Amino acid sequence: MDGACFRETLRTRRRWPDVMAIWKKDIRIALEEERHVRANDRDYNERFSYADNRIKTAKYNVFTFLPINLFEQFQRFANAYFLVLLILQLIPEISSLSWFTTIVPLVLVLAITAVKDATDDYFRHKSDQQVNTRQSQVLIKGKLQNEKWMNVRVGDIIKLENNQFVAADLLLLSSSEPYGLCYIETAELDGETNLKVRQALTVTSDLGDDVAKLADFSGEVICEPPNNKLDKFTGTLCWKDNKYSLDNEKMLLRGCVLRNTEWCFGLVIFAGLQTKLMQNCGRTKFKRTSIDKLMNTLVLWIFGFLICMGIILAIGNTIWEQKVGSDFWEYLQWKELTINAVFSGFLTFWSYIIILNTVVPISLYVSVEVLRLGHSYFINWDRRMYYSRKDTPAEARTTTLNEELGQVEFIFSDKTGTLTQNIMVFNKCSINGKTYGDVYDEFGHKVDITKQKTPCVDFSFNPLMDRKFRFHDSSLVEAIKLEEPLVQEFFRLLALCHTIMPEERNEGELVYQAQSPDEGALVTAARNFGFVFRSRTPETITLYEMGQAVTYQLLAILDFNNVRKRMSVIVRNPKGQLKLYSKGADTILFDRLDPSNEELMFTTSEHLNEFAGEGLRTLALAYKDLDEDVFDEWMKKLLFASTALDNREEKLGALYEEIEQGMLLLGATAIEDKLQEGVPETIACLTLANIKIWVLTGDKLETAMNIGYSCNMLRDDMNTVFIISGHTMLEVQQELRTAKEKIMGPSKDKFSSGLDMEKTELYSSDSVFEETIIAEYALIINGHSLAHALEADLEQILVDVACLCKTVICCRVTPLQKALVVELIKRHKRAVTLAIGDGANDVSMIKTAHIGVGISGQEGMQAVLASDYSFAQFRYLQRLLLVHGRWSYHRMCNFLCYFFYKNFAFTLVHFWYGFLCGFSAQTVYDQWFITLFNIVYTSLPVLAMGLFDQDVNEQYSLRFPNLYRPGQLNQLFNKRKFFTCTLQGVCTSFILFFIPYGAFMTAVRDDGAHISDQQTFAVTIATSLVIVVSVQIGLDTNYWTAVNHFFIWGSLAVYFAILFAMHSDGIFTIFPNQFPFIGTARNSLNQKIVWLVILLTTVVCIMPMVAVRFIKADLYPTQTDKVRLLQQATRKQGPQEQNLRRVRRTSSRRSAYAFAHQQGYGELITSGKNMKVPTSSTSTYPLYSPTRGLTGTSSVKNSGVNDTTRDQTETYSTGFRRESDQSQEVTVEDLEAR
Amino acid sequence: MMASSYNAKDEDGHHPGSVGSGGPGAVKSKKPDNTAFKQQRLPAWQPILTAGTVLPAFFMIGLIFIPIGIGLLVTSNNIKEFEVRAVAIATSYCVIRALCSYTAPRTKDFSNVFMYYGLSNFYQNHRRYVKSRDDSQLNGDKSSLLNPSKECEPYRTSDKKSIAPCGAIANSLFNDTLELFYIHPNGSRIAIHLVKTGIAWWTDKHVKFRNPGENNNNLSIVFQDTSKPVNWRKPVYELDPSDPDNNGFINEDFIVWMRTAALPTFRKLYRIIQKKKDNMTPTLPPGNYSLEVIYNYPVRSFDGRKRMILSTISWMGGKNPFLGIAYITVGSVCFFLGVVLLIIHHKYGNRNNNADIPN
Repeated sequence: MDGACFRETLRTRRRWPDVMAIWKKDIRIALEEERHVRANDRDYNERFSYADNRIKTAKYNVFTFLPINLFEQFQRFANAYFLVLLILQLIPEISSLSWFTTIVPLVLVLAITAVKDATDDYFRHKSDQQVNTRQSQVLIKGKLQNEKWMNVRVGDIIKLENNQFVAADLLLLSSSEPYGLCYIETAELDGETNLKVRQALTVTSDLGDDVAKLADFSGEVICEPPNNKLDKFTGTLCWKDNKYSLDNEKMLLRGCVLRNTEWCFGLVIFAGLQTKLMQNCGRTKFKRTSIDKLMNTLVLWIFGFLICMGIILAIGNTIWEQKVGSDFWEYLQWKELTINAVFSGFLTFWSYIIILNTVVPISLYVSVEVLRLGHSYFINWDRRMYYSRKDTPAEARTTTLNEELGQVEFIFSDKTGTLTQNIMVFNKCSINGKTYGDVYDEFGHKVDITKQKTPCVDFSFNPLMDRKFRFHDSSLVEAIKLEEPLVQEFFRLLALCHTIMPEERNEGELVYQAQSPDEGALVTAARNFGFVFRSRTPETITLYEMGQAVTYQLLAILDFNNVRKRMSVIVRNPKGQLKLYSKGADTILFDRLDPSNEELMFTTSEHLNEFAGEGLRTLALAYKDLDEDVFDEWMKKLLFASTALDNREEKLGALYEEIEQGMLLLGATAIEDKLQEGVPETIACLTLANIKIWVLTGDKLETAMNIGYSCNMLRDDMNTVFIISGHTMLEVQQELRTAKEKIMGPSKDKFSSGLDMEKTELYSSDSVFEETIIAEYALIINGHSLAHALEADLEQILVDVACLCKTVICCRVTPLQKALVVELIKRHKRAVTLAIGDGANDVSMIKTAHIGVGISGQEGMQAVLASDYSFAQFRYLQRLLLVHGRWSYHRMCNFLCYFFYKNFAFTLVHFWYGFLCGFSAQTVYDQWFITLFNIVYTSLPVLAMGLFDQDVNEQYSLRFPNLYRPGQLNQLFNKRKFFTCTLQGVCTSFILFFIPYGAFMTAVRDDGAHISDQQTFAVTIATSLVIVVSVQIGLDTNYWTAVNHFFIWGSLAVYFAILFAMHSDGIFTIFPNQFPFIGTARNSLNQKIVWLVILLTTVVCIMPMVAVRFIKADLYPTQTDKVRLLQQATRKQGPQEQNLRRVRRTSSRRSAYAFAHQQGYGELITSGKNMKVPTSSTSTYPLYSPTRGLTGTSSVKNSGVNDTTRDQTETYSTGFRRESDQSQEVTVEDLEAR
Repeated sequence: MMASSYNAKDEDGHHPGSVGSGGPGAVKSKKPDNTAFKQQRLPAWQPILTAGTVLPAFFMIGLIFIPIGIGLLVTSNNIKEFEVRAVAIATSYCVIRALCSYTAPRTKDFSNVFMYYGLSNFYQNHRRYVKSRDDSQLNGDKSSLLNPSKECEPYRTSDKKSIAPCGAIANSLFNDTLELFYIHPNGSRIAIHLVKTGIAWWTDKHVKFRNPGENNNNLSIVFQDTSKPVNWRKPVYELDPSDPDNNGFINEDFIVWMRTAALPTFRKLYRIIQKKKDNMTPTLPPGNYSLEVIYNYPVRSFDGRKRMILSTISWMGGKNPFLGIAYITVGSVCFFLGVVLLIIHHKYGNRNNNADIPN
């Protein structure tokens, strides 16, 4: 009931936009209602014009590039705006500027973007090409031929070999394995690294690898049209007048890899873009940063401002024309068209729109793109985010989000593979009341185990050992060598009681296919200690015990499930004794021990506590000798129960319970769920940066809490750890309320004020915040409760409580819930969220969060493909955020402030001039200056600042994580900041205009000639402007690299060079009409008075800013200011010892047990379906298996094809397939939602 | 920016050795290069605004600007400037005689004295006015001479002949004649020699403006197919028939006029009164002078004002009190700000520099 309710909840919650949009490219697909595919009949299949297997992700080709790209570019608001301007400029009555002032920047911008698009597309072409030309073996005209992937057609039969990628979506026809089974790895599709089984229909698997028979195969498949559901397939195969139903268990999807299967044949059903993989690779939702959105708003505001100015000046023009202009008739005749003052005002409006257009900077968008690209490259180039063991550098997969990395407030992290390595290491054990695993020195003190120093135990006595296994305590090996019976029994249990499949590729080269890494670790440990699990058949297990082959008869597997929390095997050893071996959670197992074991139980319990304190995952082991008669009787009951029609599960459970009593304790194992390197330190550092880290994991509560403790997210000294695990909505609500009341306590008002406090931009001292931090709470919520808590009624209180807690862990959550949690925070907190994960179950979360980070270098690629940034280790997150993110944010904000300032200072001079030139839209500057100012004279210094500036270097950024605060509070660029810097720009333009105005009222040259002409005026103001903005960028630059120097001084030099060049005689004689400023530079810049004006203007523009900044830094220094001073002081004193933060692990928590939370493989093993044809002499082909009958499968031999296949599917769903049910179920939900 | 999340390369990679064909044995490491640029470790100068740098800057600016300002002001005050407001008489196109008495004795002025005419409320900077010219015509381009730029409309053609020089600027050339007479105590009037060349920029006279027809001195032939501007009394080649180097487009009065003023109130150089050769007698000895204006140029219609200015110049040009005052003001403000900042800094600032960086 719970599950159904839960699913219902999910269904109603699917509000958020489709994350994986369906590939809408081919409309025909939508029209296709049913697909008919006839094998080996290309002519027939071509009638339907199905997509071939060519993949095309590229957008353009050589001929379509220009039109399509231009069309796309002009769809952007900014470009379209400038196009409109350009058209306006072509109207002579309006044109106040020559056409080139707009077209030069526009063409430049378009060209840069086009080049970028072209390179992107080129790489897409290349990778398409690479995939399309992969080879595969296709059956053509009765022969196997090598063909390129792109030439594979629907209806072809192709042969796959082991470890090959599946080329298209195939219907499995036959394989090298018995029963037409084949194994695939679906990591590319769903991120799951465990193997999955696919089985062919019996009729087709009988075809085997007989090419002639396959070539004659003419079955017709009628199936669903292409869709994106990875785990659903319905269709029928018609062959020889029979119909066979097809489902997903018979499909091999493109992107999978064939494993453990020598070869298989498949019929292509979907190809190329119609494969499920491609149907799932929708376009990524385009993410935009908050700054981006703000920028767009601001550009609109500026646009409004521009129109206001235009209107003011137009009104001015109308009045002027009436009052003054009509009298001026004598000298300035109007054309007929402009005779009306109002109409003149109208025209002037457009003229001023053209002149003042530079307040909406065309180069802004391009520059921002360039900056982001540069920042992305810096991330890609960072050696400290390069993981050498996997040879994976960090990668910025999107180049548009960098500055948002400096504003992250919430991190949602996956656990497995992200915080942990997903590597389990057999670390310690307790056998019969004695612990092994610690190393002591000669004085009996415990030695810290470090990788290099402590010698490892030498396992060379064992030829079958796993070389990667490390163990440091040699006393255990000695015990083994002394043949202590309990130690032997301990490892024998580990070697027998599991559901691992062994694979021996070469002699002695054993590979274990483990369902959970914990089991793999335990069996590997047993292997190294001389109890090698070598092979298994459905009824036997062969061990090499200290070099001798011993075969046990496997009588029953009492499989693991979530309720039992243990698994047992019943075996008969060669001596004929019946034994039951059991391993499981200590709490469960201790209840089922023989009373005589009490003392040992206490000792072991103490050891377990000790292990748990170190964050290890523990399991208790016990065994029992069985009486022949008792067992026979029990077996009968079991057979009976297994054929029961109702309550089979319960009956079986009760029987298992019955026999697992009175066991004898052997000991306990401790497995280290290895955290990734530096995870606790990273988390501590990010917490100091006031970033909240939430762990969202599919794991069990215990495991999740365990990791929480070992990551230092949960600590013993926390006030309270709230665990929300209610099953109904009311329970959850009650639990949340209690938690909230407890946190709020008496000082309710204070906290709620802190809570409701909007993010104020003036956020100086965070006293309220600190108070919440002093009292530390943690919230742990499980999936069921989360489903309720995410309901509309409860989500507010959930957000409240969660945000008051320092740590939030959500366990047993589905991928969909992960996304919902992220969405919740996005909606309620208006904070920047970051999701980090490694698996396919994290994809939805990664796509939903503002920033998605994928852990790369692992097997699955789904998370990385969906992510915006990827790197190999969780700890790089610290660097990504605190260094790269912070810098990016700082740089982008400074860049934007300066950019707006610069353009306002530049443009508004025209506004002031309007009042003195009869509102006639006369420009102050030379037209060439207007053309070049933004793209040549001032672009490079600000780009250099935006690329290289560092207010605080990387060491200090990491050392003082609270430098990250301004980003979260959005302090460096917001509307207020925007007003400040535009106001500064307006003031600068005012000064720039009116000081020369005052000075030039009566000025004459030092040779008496007049100087107050327009051209000199223009040159003076332009020069002042260039100098002022250069000085300003100098003030804004904190980090003067050689490049900055070069660009700033270079820009000034270039300005003067171009100025003199354009005012030179030579260029005038060639284009007299375009360069009328001949000689102005020479004649004005040799005047002392002009320089005096420039100097005065510069000082008046700059000094107030200097004073304000100085006062601010002096009286109210920000963290950054303080750290910069410290940094400077340190640099002067020379390098200092850095106080590295040490994170202690303090925890004495009792831990979880080491099982994956999935049902075991047991039934698949005992049914023998996943066994290869036996090669070992010690094993026999399965004749009888006690459990085989239990599952209800009537027989293995497929008689009635349809029935059997269905039955077999059922088998899997109760046995082998069950393990993925929990996660798979989610994926189904998830994908359906899309 | 919109990118498909599917990348075929990704599908391929990351399974080292899994595909039989595999890649080349020694795969190049993807480790980023260790260069200062890529690792963002470029050596850099990191200036900070501290009291040690800001306060001296303010004092320095104060200390430099105030003397400059004083210098400018003194220089400006030493310049003698004399202004006559021409009073327009009801009818335009009349001849007036303005009689002025010379009040200030100019004993010390031995240098050149410059004579300016000034106009106010004359929008020489109006966009339609400013662009109403053809620079290539003025540069002597033959084809532009006969087919001027469209910008010159409506002063482009007249009687189906192209106007030379075309455009509104040329059309409105200032055409008053100013003459200055010294009134000897005995009552006789001595005309003062006014030099009419050397008043335009060298580049304008020699590069920007050129007569068409290369070296053809007979300008009337060169301009024969053109018509004079509407408002002109005589064609362009008769602007100064006495001096071929000052005639046609290269007439300096014309060039000066064509250099449009930035502001609606402006002055333009008209004539130069050269200093006496002996350097002993002042250029304009004290006494009474009379200014005679041949009043051609109508300004009354637009409420304009005409002025005549006599001025000497200094190293910084003409009389310009604005700059001096501005410098003194800015210098004092900077100095004052420096003091204020110093006090603030001393009293309140910098107490808690790096002591309390919380972490």
